[in-house]
Amino acid sequence: MIGNFRRLRLQRWISFSLALAFGLLMIAPFALMVSTAFKPHAYVLEIPPQLIPEAPTLDNFVRAWGSGDFARYFVNSVVVTVSSTAISVALSAMLGFAFARYRFPGSRVLFAVLLFTMMVPGMLLLIPQFMLARDLGLLNSLWGLIVVYAVMNLGLNTFLLRGFYSAMPQALFDSAAVDGAGPWRAFRSIALPLSKPGLATVTIFSWLAAWDEFTWAITILADRELYTLPIGIRMLQRAQSTEWGLVFAASLIALAPVLVLFIALQRQFVSGAFVGATKG
Amino acid sequence: MLNLGRRPHPTTTGVVLVEPWSSRLRRLLPIYGLLLPGMLLFAAWALFPIIQSFVMSFTDWKLRGETSFVGLDNYVRALNDPLFWRALTATVGYTLVTVAGQMVLGLGAALLLNEKIHGRSVFRLIYYLPVITSWVIVSLIFVWLYNGQTGVLNWLLNDVLGIIDKNVAWLAEPATALWAIAILGIWKGIGWTMVVYLAGLQGVPHELHEAAAIDGASTWQRFRNVTVPFLRTTTTFLLIVLTIGGFSAFISIFVMSTAAVGTLGGPLNSTEVVLTYTWKQAFQEIDLAYGAALSFMVAAAVAAISIVEFRFARQQERT
Repeated sequence: MIGNFRRLRLQRWISFSLALAFGLLMIAPFALMVSTAFKPHAYVLEIPPQLIPEAPTLDNFVRAWGSGDFARYFVNSVVVTVSSTAISVALSAMLGFAFARYRFPGSRVLFAVLLFTMMVPGMLLLIPQFMLARDLGLLNSLWGLIVVYAVMNLGLNTFLLRGFYSAMPQALFDSAAVDGAGPWRAFRSIALPLSKPGLATVTIFSWLAAWDEFTWAITILADRELYTLPIGIRMLQRAQSTEWGLVFAASLIALAPVLVLFIALQRQFVSGAFVGATKG
Repeated sequence: MLNLGRRPHPTTTGVVLVEPWSSRLRRLLPIYGLLLPGMLLFAAWALFPIIQSFVMSFTDWKLRGETSFVGLDNYVRALNDPLFWRALTATVGYTLVTVAGQMVLGLGAALLLNEKIHGRSVFRLIYYLPVITSWVIVSLIFVWLYNGQTGVLNWLLNDVLGIIDKNVAWLAEPATALWAIAILGIWKGIGWTMVVYLAGLQGVPHELHEAAAIDGASTWQRFRNVTVPFLRTTTTFLLIVLTIGGFSAFISIFVMSTAAVGTLGGPLNSTEVVLTYTWKQAFQEIDLAYGAALSFMVAAAVAAISIVEFRFARQQERT
């Protein structure tokens, strides 16, 4: 018995050591990025690499934020992300609710079609969406980003919220039905307030996708004033002689809201994980 | 919720009830009202584009001038296009490496974190961090790590461990560029795979492990005979999703190959994958019809592989 207990503790210590070693390997790139963000330009590519900067400075952050363009990229990203997320979540909540709690002609077909497009690889949509944006004069515009970002996760969000609304007990809606409430009332007064966790998951998911989106943005945006954060950060790297401190400081600024949300709402992030993360 | 449907319903008194179309309309209208905005957006920006792309793939769409129907020409051209096959081969290689790496390391991490060790939740956070970081940012971190003259990896392998004898420009050498990007792909995905496996491991009955341990089974035997069978569904799910992810690789390739050598294909086109090639054809060569055809071929390839994987997994389950 005692032997078993000791063996278990030994096994736990081995597991801990392995997890620690692996954890250090996983976090090393991040640690180095943070460390480099605080280094003056001369030290960004030094060997051997110093984890703790010899001459730490906030200069990179000040310059990243202060350079007129970067603040603008931040604002663009915020505008596009907030708008597209709001639209996507609102619409998918309505769709999910209708699919979940009502039967109507075509419900199965429509839902199947919606799901089908969810599984389509991104580039398949990108090309015709480009043509549509061109025809509607939405190329090189923030609206062009907003519309596509809103549609981007619509299928996924609807699928998730439908599951959520399906699980609600009918009893909740029966009393409202007796009062003569229609679908809209049921949606607004009963379903919506009770679905906050589901809405939170879907919101975070859409927010993250829009905040980090790069491919569509770089395809349709030509004017520098319209660039979003991902494009802006990459541009810093493309400069003649890359100022890595600046690049990483800018990256950290872009990463900050994501990290804050992640630490605050871990469960939502991880539960959304199951149905995402195939984009590369 | 009353749903009388179209067909008349017989009742005990013999009177037949049919929902009049006016009340049916009144009932359905608000439901369709809920559906309309979302379905409109979806129809306009997802459904219609897919159909239009499909049609366009059979034409020779030109920016200016006449677009004419060319039948299967674009598809035949793709099948005879050596650059497309090269990209496909590279993509398959990239996918194999990233799927294997993510699954093995993700499972390993899940097994470690499934036990009650100190700081378990901190480790989970750390492993998951790459998953929630944007592709652009992690790609830039790795461009910096892979720096050919003074990068950390070169320092580690050359100066510290002495595994190599001179610095390598990892992203600029045709032999290493794609695999260097694949390592990023693995690193970024381990946390997600781990989370999925952790959930799957909750479905393994603890009593079976204990019983096997009492019977004297070793850790490896317990893993193979108790854990693995219960992880079959999870593994199949991961296999399919990670394969789709591998074929969808774009941003990391885009950012890292242009960072290293300026061109999208990387050194000697060694990092050209199907999506970068498609994007190039559509938006650099402005050959949208060919791009459309290529994108459908890629979609078909992904679908085919997913089905094969699914069938293979089903077969494994029966043995």
